[in-house]
Amino acid sequence: MALLRLASSRIFKSPMSNPILKYLPFFTDAEVPHTVAARPDTGLYSAKLGIWLFLASEVMLFGGLFSAYIFLRIGAEPGYWPSGLLNVPVGTMNTAILIISSITVVMAWAALKMRQLGKYKFYMAITILCGLIFLTVKLSYEWPAKFNHFGAFIKKDAASKYEEFLGNKHLEEAGQSPRWEISGHILDAPKGSPYEHQAQHNAEHFAHETGRHDAVTPAEDDYVIQLDAVNANPTDKANDRPHFWPVPMSNKIAVISAKDVESASVFAPRHSTYFATYFLITGLHGLHVLGGILVFLYLWLPVKGGVNLYKSNPEHLANRVEIAGLFWHFVDLVWIFVFPIFYLL
Amino acid sequence: MAGSHSHSTPDHAHASNDAADHAAAEAAHIASHIGAYVKVGVALLVLTGITVGLSYVDFGSRSMNIVVGMIVASIKAGLVAAIFMHLKGEKITIWRFLWMTTIFAIGLFFLTYLAHIDPIGGTTYSTH
Repeated sequence: MALLRLASSRIFKSPMSNPILKYLPFFTDAEVPHTVAARPDTGLYSAKLGIWLFLASEVMLFGGLFSAYIFLRIGAEPGYWPSGLLNVPVGTMNTAILIISSITVVMAWAALKMRQLGKYKFYMAITILCGLIFLTVKLSYEWPAKFNHFGAFIKKDAASKYEEFLGNKHLEEAGQSPRWEISGHILDAPKGSPYEHQAQHNAEHFAHETGRHDAVTPAEDDYVIQLDAVNANPTDKANDRPHFWPVPMSNKIAVISAKDVESASVFAPRHSTYFATYFLITGLHGLHVLGGILVFLYLWLPVKGGVNLYKSNPEHLANRVEIAGLFWHFVDLVWIFVFPIFYLL
Repeated sequence: MAGSHSHSTPDHAHASNDAADHAAAEAAHIASHIGAYVKVGVALLVLTGITVGLSYVDFGSRSMNIVVGMIVASIKAGLVAAIFMHLKGEKITIWRFLWMTTIFAIGLFFLTYLAHIDPIGGTTYSTH
């Protein structure tokens, strides 16, 4: 703050024309009304009203994205909305972690209300830890696993050539949507493809694991893919519906000519509308989790507006925790919908 | 409310006494709620398990499974909003905001629905 005063006084000549000196007291020194006592007209302390207005705007933000999801999903051609591509046990675990953190944050608030500072610090620490675990699982496991997963959409008029990997006759008999995608780990990419390096890395790993060195073809316009179980045995009834436990990748490979491929990429946003919406919505949700963690850290550390506030005004700190908690519960609430629509249904 | 009371009371000491009494009463009130918070948390975990389990049950069509999944998710969301976010027993001002939000959110989803049914015709982008 002192730095801000100094820097601004060098830019603005007179103190009265300096907006920072003029308005700084509002943010720092001046008494902000109704941080604890309720306003007579609303019956609320002001921050409570503020956070609900913010959450109302958040409903519209996520609402817009969810309605885009619905629109894209309903409009998807048969066979172009995948299922069973995400790791359900890991997603379930992350859901449970977020719910546990929602319990602990409300317990942290209740502890402050009952003036139990030790308990507050304990519950808040668990909340922060849960948030960090959630983000770590997402960023260091779930997302990277997708970025190393490859899929090629086959052109419809070429699909019969790849029937042994697609199994569309079987799916038609079973009354299911057709399958147009062959997915797994890329072992060899056409010349000039951005995935050449990744393919080389995977092929070395594949050769090491299986002792097979036939995965790299001399042809320059072929995709070679180590197949997911669903493409390795497309007529297996067990593969008609998604599994709870992820099925290990097979050691079978498919060689696909680039001219039969409509589009091919790793499971990144560009891969399909499914992954575009998945990464956008879980990414925005992840940013909210990060924001919540930062605010909780501030309220947990011995700083002026955090735990140190307890000595001078414990009720004010309790209200801050309640506000941050309301935001956190909302983030949990969004995840309650995100989890089934992307992982399960 | 202690806040509104202290505003109308000229006797400052009396008002802060009132506030202290109020805080003590509130603390006792909260203590009685802790069991409920834990119960709701456990219910949410159980409902998560149910959501996962039901997604592997064949309800006839994928759409039916989505409907069932969304019903369970809405129950979970309702529990979080009512109990954890204290909407149960929240002030009328906040409820008014939320009613307005609901109306606008429905309007938002309706716009997407209009895009889907394409009432004017020929305005939907298609690759085929």
